[in-house]
Amino acid sequence: MKVKLKVWRQKSRNTPGEFRTYESPGLNENMSFLEMLDVVNEDIANRGEDPIAFDHDCREGICGTCSCVINGKPHGPHKGVATCQTYMRSFRDGDTIVVEPWRAAAFPIIKDLVVDRSAFDRIQHAGGFISVRTGAAPDANSIPVSKENSDLAMDAAQCIGCGACVAACKNASAMLFVAAKVSHLGLLPQGQPERYKRVKAMVAQMDTEGFGSCTVTGSCEAVCPKEISLDFIARMNRDYGLALLKGEPKKIAGGVAG
Amino acid sequence: MATLNSNIPAGPLASKWESYKFNTKLINPANKRKYKIIVVGAGLAGSSASATLAELGYEVHNFVFHDSPRRAHSVAAQGGINAAKNYQNDGDSVHRLFYDTIKGGDFRAREANVHRLAEVSVNIIDQCAAQGVPFAREYGGLLDNRSFGGAQVSRTFYARGQTGQQLLLGAYSALNKMIGAGAVKSYTHSEMLDLVVVEGHAKGIVVRNLQTGAITKHNADAVVLATGGYGNVYNLSTYARGANVTASWRAYKRGACFGNPCYTQIHPTCIPVSGDYQSKLTLMSESLRNDGRVWAPKKKEDCKKAPKDIEEGDRDYYLERMYSAFGNLAPRDIASRAAKTVCDEGRGVGETGLGVYLDFSAAIERLGEGKVRERYGNLFAMYHEITNEDAYKTPMRIYPAVHYTMGGLWVDYNLMSNVPGLFVLGEANFSDHGANRLGASALMQGLSDGYFVLPATISGYLASQNPGKRPATDKAEFKQAEENVEALTNQLLGNKGKRTPASFHKALGTLMWDYCGMARTKAGLERGIKLISELREEYWKNVMVSGEGNEWNQSLENAGRIGDFIELGELMCRDALHREESCGGHFREEYQYTPDDPETKQGIVNPGDVKRRDDAFAYVAGWEYAGSPAKAPILNKEPLVYEEVHMSTRSYK
Ligand code: FES
Repeated sequence: MKVKLKVWRQKSRNTPGEFRTYESPGLNENMSFLEMLDVVNEDIANRGEDPIAFDHDCREGICGTCSCVINGKPHGPHKGVATCQTYMRSFRDGDTIVVEPWRAAAFPIIKDLVVDRSAFDRIQHAGGFISVRTGAAPDANSIPVSKENSDLAMDAAQCIGCGACVAACKNASAMLFVAAKVSHLGLLPQGQPERYKRVKAMVAQMDTEGFGSCTVTGSCEAVCPKEISLDFIARMNRDYGLALLKGEPKKIAGGVAG
Repeated sequence: MATLNSNIPAGPLASKWESYKFNTKLINPANKRKYKIIVVGAGLAGSSASATLAELGYEVHNFVFHDSPRRAHSVAAQGGINAAKNYQNDGDSVHRLFYDTIKGGDFRAREANVHRLAEVSVNIIDQCAAQGVPFAREYGGLLDNRSFGGAQVSRTFYARGQTGQQLLLGAYSALNKMIGAGAVKSYTHSEMLDLVVVEGHAKGIVVRNLQTGAITKHNADAVVLATGGYGNVYNLSTYARGANVTASWRAYKRGACFGNPCYTQIHPTCIPVSGDYQSKLTLMSESLRNDGRVWAPKKKEDCKKAPKDIEEGDRDYYLERMYSAFGNLAPRDIASRAAKTVCDEGRGVGETGLGVYLDFSAAIERLGEGKVRERYGNLFAMYHEITNEDAYKTPMRIYPAVHYTMGGLWVDYNLMSNVPGLFVLGEANFSDHGANRLGASALMQGLSDGYFVLPATISGYLASQNPGKRPATDKAEFKQAEENVEALTNQLLGNKGKRTPASFHKALGTLMWDYCGMARTKAGLERGIKLISELREEYWKNVMVSGEGNEWNQSLENAGRIGDFIELGELMCRDALHREESCGGHFREEYQYTPDDPETKQGIVNPGDVKRRDDAFAYVAGWEYAGSPAKAPILNKEPLVYEEVHMSTRSYK
């Protein structure tokens, strides 16, 4: 099979970009989408031109690096998979495929299809953790966790941090991403002491980074390669509301009152 | 010649680590913040080390080439992490984990390191659970376990099929806390391209920023490499595409010895290769062998039949047949070689004939599809995406693929290389897995090194260095290293060659798989060395790199890494050639058990099993750079002295 690619090319953050069209060489339908890009890039390189820059690493849907909008949909046509798990058998011979980067003010373009997602890291620095010093942990079985909560925490914890949720959202909101982390930790007994402090800090950082607000359209859930549920956003909103009601902890001599 | 002193502490094996910790020099808290430590890499080992060192009060600078410290390929480990918790009350203990690991490594690992690893394993689970890693649980709320290859107890902890991801996110969260607190400075999209050695000690690195192309110098009191393994030397592997040897290789070229480079792990259960466009291979977790049965047709004529049309009596469940005690849970090297043997006999399945079946029908009958789905659902889904086949209905097809490298930079008991001040953790070092790694042990080692071992051992070195006296980056050695990196970059960019870096990588991969893969011979390795050295020469004449140095340039990044892989490939062949024995994943056809050997007759081993030669090869090979890639490297040896374990014939029958 062969396809035609319309790809966003942009040399750097501050230079204007444009779509350019490439004809693929002969392809095999069992190729992954990224292998197709490899083959097209070899062609481009052999012509002495600059290959298409795209982000990828694990190529098995777990590292969260790959990030293409394919025919208008982050991570392409299928539910519950990342770009790297999309195969050419999902397209037809002769198709034109439009390939774009994530578009969001908080994810500036680095080159072509590669964007800067460091805003996600900074949100995590603000509170995406349970404070436990190495070596200070009690025996793991001394903190039983109900299977239901542990499974639900795992559902949230699966987030691969790719940013498709932001790319899909018309407001470029990062709520699903933040909600996944907040819920993962907030569902576990270990995460309780910092639960309300955490949600406030992470939401504040999210706002600082310039992500939009959530209007619950659900497009994030629809494109999430790990199918993380919108319910976690509701859960986070509840925690956030409670955190606001609780207000700042009152300072008392010699310590902090909850 | 380098000196490879293992610095194993004295005393009985089981109390070495405790007494070491008691006797080691400590650094007072006020002085700790005067020491700056560079950590390169943010997989399990790098993140856990960075976070823990910062908690202790050191100034930590962490460098990764990824866009975020959450991406390293530890994230892709599926099955689990071992720990000698004995929560199942099935007879596990620190000693048993230690013994299984050292036997699994075919008696080529360092005894004292492995024992420490087994001791520390229990702390890792506690640490991770406290961080909020959502390990699988039983209905009572306690932690669940599963079994893995090479063990007869259930000691593997897991988080669905995403254990590596969850452990990495745990370590990343610990790192985030310290970055947020200002105790770790994180440099992303920053690739280490040289090690700076001042008066014989590692005192800094040179880094290229992948976004801007800026080359910068960084000094430190100690440098820690946690930069992973080098399996991508084979081009096709289960590694992430970005995984590379460059940091380790540049350190090697600055004098660090490379330990046992030929010890490679070929994992038995991967999805078979389907075409030459392929960029990577995908692993199907070893945990599947808990419930899946491996088989191939007994008769060649049956190979092209649909598996359901092959009678039960015409199926050869060869692992169960050959290794009855461990059956489908035989260690990886053994299971891989058995698959190769079966396919070499012409009994392989699938289009290429390079595949065997992994069959779940018995498990589905016994447990019901629901239970199998609960245990392995994501793996079955992944298999379906890639192959378009439904493994609930028809057996998976699998074939071995390169998955891990046991070799790596040589380190002593302190995890310090022969270059003082240079520490190496996780897959990047050589020490704990010998010639074959058991499943669920890589995560254990990465976290053990990072959370518990290095934080305890690094103080011994730092105590010998004056606080606040590290050399400044205007020193000649830093300038020289920076110029070295600039010259290499310019050479690659200025080379008006005709062949892309990727085409060289493919060529190298084919040579490595053919001559230094699952079965190796003297003649093949000699040929491999010759062809790879020719490839190296062609590379520097004919590689074509597009774009410029001061921008995001993946062609340039890859070109640098592939140049290093080519040199490494040659070293691996040399190591495999010199090691005239078979052990673990290193199989030299000349050294295998025959039907006439007494061990075969006694039923300890099968004909074709690896034959070690302890009299001549019970040592670690530490290869030292001779100043130019064209010059034969120098071989240094660290004898493997076992104080408690007897090096016996490895039997899984
Ligand atoms: S490349 Fe890792 S998720 Fe796609």
